[in-house]
Amino acid sequence: MSEPVGYRRDSQDEHPPALYEGYKSTVLRSPKRLPIKINHTLTEITGPLFGHGKLQPGEDDLSIENGEEAQGQRIFVSGRVLDEDGRPVPRTLIEIWQCNAAGRYRHPIDQHPAPLDPNFVGQGRVVTSDEGEYKFTTIKPGAYPWGNHYNAWRPAHIHFSLFGPAFVTRVITQMYFPDDPLFLFDPIFNSIPDESARQRLVSKFDLDSTKPDFALSFKFNFIVRGRDATPFEE
Amino acid sequence: MSEFGITASQTVGPFLKIGLAQGDQEYVVAENVKGALRIDGHVYDGQGQPVPDAMIEIWQANIYGKYDHPDDPTDAELVKSFYGFGRSCTDKNGNFFFVTVKPGRVVGLGNTLQAPHLAVNVFARGMLKQQVTRLYFSDEIQANSEDPVLNSIDDAGVRDTLVASKVNDENGMPCYKFNIHLQGEMETAFFDV
Ligand SMILES: [Fe+3]
Repeated sequence: MSEPVGYRRDSQDEHPPALYEGYKSTVLRSPKRLPIKINHTLTEITGPLFGHGKLQPGEDDLSIENGEEAQGQRIFVSGRVLDEDGRPVPRTLIEIWQCNAAGRYRHPIDQHPAPLDPNFVGQGRVVTSDEGEYKFTTIKPGAYPWGNHYNAWRPAHIHFSLFGPAFVTRVITQMYFPDDPLFLFDPIFNSIPDESARQRLVSKFDLDSTKPDFALSFKFNFIVRGRDATPFEE
Repeated sequence: MSEFGITASQTVGPFLKIGLAQGDQEYVVAENVKGALRIDGHVYDGQGQPVPDAMIEIWQANIYGKYDHPDDPTDAELVKSFYGFGRSCTDKNGNFFFVTVKPGRVVGLGNTLQAPHLAVNVFARGMLKQQVTRLYFSDEIQANSEDPVLNSIDDAGVRDTLVASKVNDENGMPCYKFNIHLQGEMETAFFDV
């Protein structure tokens, strides 16, 4: 059998390091040994694809619960999933979760005394189209305080989970909103060393895809690792 | 750097279960499937404290060593309705579990044969990017001794962190223990893939 074609390696400064002291919880949850580099085998170049229609209709719309509208600013969040060579990633699962417009998560350990919204759960899923496109309808999340340091607030964000075509393209990240004054003070956002990699997590306001009298719109594209050009040499 | 820069990782944060814990994703197979086994483990931090907000994902071949994916070119058989993906969020004690089957052996690089193994992703609050590891089985002594990834690790103590140990059966189901230590003396071997 010919050797499998692996995926390109991420450059070091495009992802956050395991240990980033500004984000205190990393201190005890970051390995001390360097990771062991392994070449890609069939295990790494395959992965779950989810193209088999397990989703229910409406999982792409977080703004309505039991037929009732959630509170806050309704928005579309849409974009494409591409690989590093610009090829679309079709039929891959995207899962999102977020707090409500007031900055409160529907979760037992969220003690932030902002109101819960009975019509907002904050969880959605879609599978990308054949052209790698996706679209969610949701509510613009609020900023919320967290205990990392004195007066710490997270910039508004939506958590995004994406599979891509292989085990090694799996990524979980956070999408931010343009011009947030909290970027400067947020260690999670700033843990990414490369400035342009950081800016790529900031969605763009897009007037063309808004819907008059209904919803604003933000664009957020995903780029996952591309294939190596040639099979791996031993 | 390519024209399209990759999307950076960020932590799953403390509220990951809202988005990621749904359905019985711990069950890669049903409990009554022939050959079903249970994997049980805890996630610990650098002080040995359980991590209650972690998520473990596994990806594996079927019993014939075939991945349900178009880039697996081997002619081993697919198993109907066996998919190979599992997900388990840790409980308040840092515990996760899976019910699955032992995968067959999958070819490695350079005409090698890998021992039965699962690819493992570890996510948690306090982790800005997932850590990647593998799970091997303690009762595969011969296969493990031939596995190129295990053999690339010189330190036996580090290598052993990848091997789930067979413990007493539970309701007739073989049971394996696999703890994950994010940091510290028993730190799990993590991979740069
Ligand atoms: Fe959050």
